[in-house]
This record gives sequence, C-alpha cells and structure tokens, in this order.
Amino acid sequence: MSKSSRHAAAARLLKSAALFAALGDGTRLEIVSKLADGSQQSITQLTAGADVTRQAITKHLRVLESAGIVRSAKIGRETRFALQPRSLEEAQRALAAVSQQWDAALARLKNFVEN
Amino acid sequence: MSSPTDRVEKQVQLNAPLDRVWRALTDSKQFGEWFRVNLEGPFVPGEFCRGQITHPGYEHVTMEVIVGEIKPQTYFSFYWRPYAIDPQVDYSGEERTLVEFTLEPKAGGVLLQVTESGFDKIPAGRRDEAFRMNSGGWAAQLNNNIKAYVEK
Repeated sequence: MSKSSRHAAAARLLKSAALFAALGDGTRLEIVSKLADGSQQSITQLTAGADVTRQAITKHLRVLESAGIVRSAKIGRETRFALQPRSLEEAQRALAAVSQQWDAALARLKNFVEN
Repeated sequence: MSSPTDRVEKQVQLNAPLDRVWRALTDSKQFGEWFRVNLEGPFVPGEFCRGQITHPGYEHVTMEVIVGEIKPQTYFSFYWRPYAIDPQVDYSGEERTLVEFTLEPKAGGVLLQVTESGFDKIPAGRRDEAFRMNSGGWAAQLNNNIKAYVEK
C-alpha cells in the first residue's frame, strides 16, 4: 500500500469512527431512521413518538450535525433536519444526472423550434 | 456565492425566431411536446400546472410546476420537484428547485440559458434517486429517443 493511499485509508477510518460514535446511541439511530426516507423534519416531528424530551432530541441532533450526518435548514420560523448527502462527490454525481437530462431536453427543444 | 452542488446551468443556441422559441417554452402545449409531458392547463404566474409525463417508462409520473415569472420574450421560470418520480411517495413536504429560462436574441436566432437551482435544499435520499434514475437508463433512453426522432 502506498503512503498516500495509507493516509487516505487512515482518514476514512477516522471519519468512520466519528460516524459510528455518533450513531452508537439508540435515540440517535432512531432519529436517523426517521430521516432515512429523505424527509426534512422539525424537532417537534422528531420528538413525536420518542420516549425522551424535546431538549434531549435537540442535543442528539447537535451531535449528529457535528458528525456531518444530518444538517439543518431554516424554513420560515422553523428549523428542519435532514440527512446530509453522504459526500460532495455523491451530490455532484446527482447533479451530473440532472445536467444530462437538461442536455437531452434542450436537444429536443432545439429540434422542435428549428424544424 | 452558492455552493458548487446547488445549481445546473445550460446554454443552447437556437436557430429559430425569438417568437417561435418563446411559444415553445411558455405555451404549455408546445412545452409538453419537447419536454414530453401532457400539461392540462396554461402557464399562469403563481399558479400550479400539472400533467402526465409522456416519456416512455415514466408515464406513471405526474409533473407539477408552480409558475414563477413570465416576462414576455425574455424570461420564464417555474418551481418543481425534479426527482418526484415514485408514485408511492408523498413529496408534498419537500422543497422545490427553481428552473429559469432566459432568452437573448443572438446571431439571427436565440441564445437560451437554462438554470436550475436549489439542489442543496433537497435531502440526501432524494439526490440518490436522481442518480438511480440516470444509471437506470433514463439518460441513455433519452439519447436514443432523440436520435430516432431527428433521424427518422
């Protein structure tokens, strides 16, 4: 294994360690599973059905957020939480797909208006 | 400045009169012909417009847009949910992206710019769907269809 790939592997392990520590808690796992469908939920929604307080949920959300597992966004007066895209690369890959769809649609538009 | 993953920008030179391009974009019937959707009503600012996708393999999908602004012959925008393709899923609580068309007369035709933005507000799981759609052959299928259409 080369030096740079060892470094990369070590960095991945460290990242995974932080990830697993953040997920090593029943309440936090429950929050993640509630968000696993890709939804954005408020603290009120995430507290519903949980056997811990709103304050506890808020604290757990902060841990998940600092580990990069969830992110928050303000929608109106409400803060909503969602799972973070796993990596920038993944988000870019998704964007590339959208980009290709536009290329195809615009090729059809060009054909439509020029003929 | 917005993040690098928040937007897609496209440009295309269309060798057709401005009025022709404008109608192809803002007359919902004409829009539907090249976009492949059977829109039920006209585009009216601030109002919903819905229709069934006519693209092979996606006929079960309903497209829904909220029209933004219409500035005659220069600008047209709408909001939509780009990956809302699973009929089993309720997408109604989700953010929309903004699609903007800007027209500029150029070289006897029209330089059309398309910008879609707001992807960073879309949750991770849904971004994955865009990728699955693509790897599942959506893009490949589109390309084949265009080829068949222009070469027939």
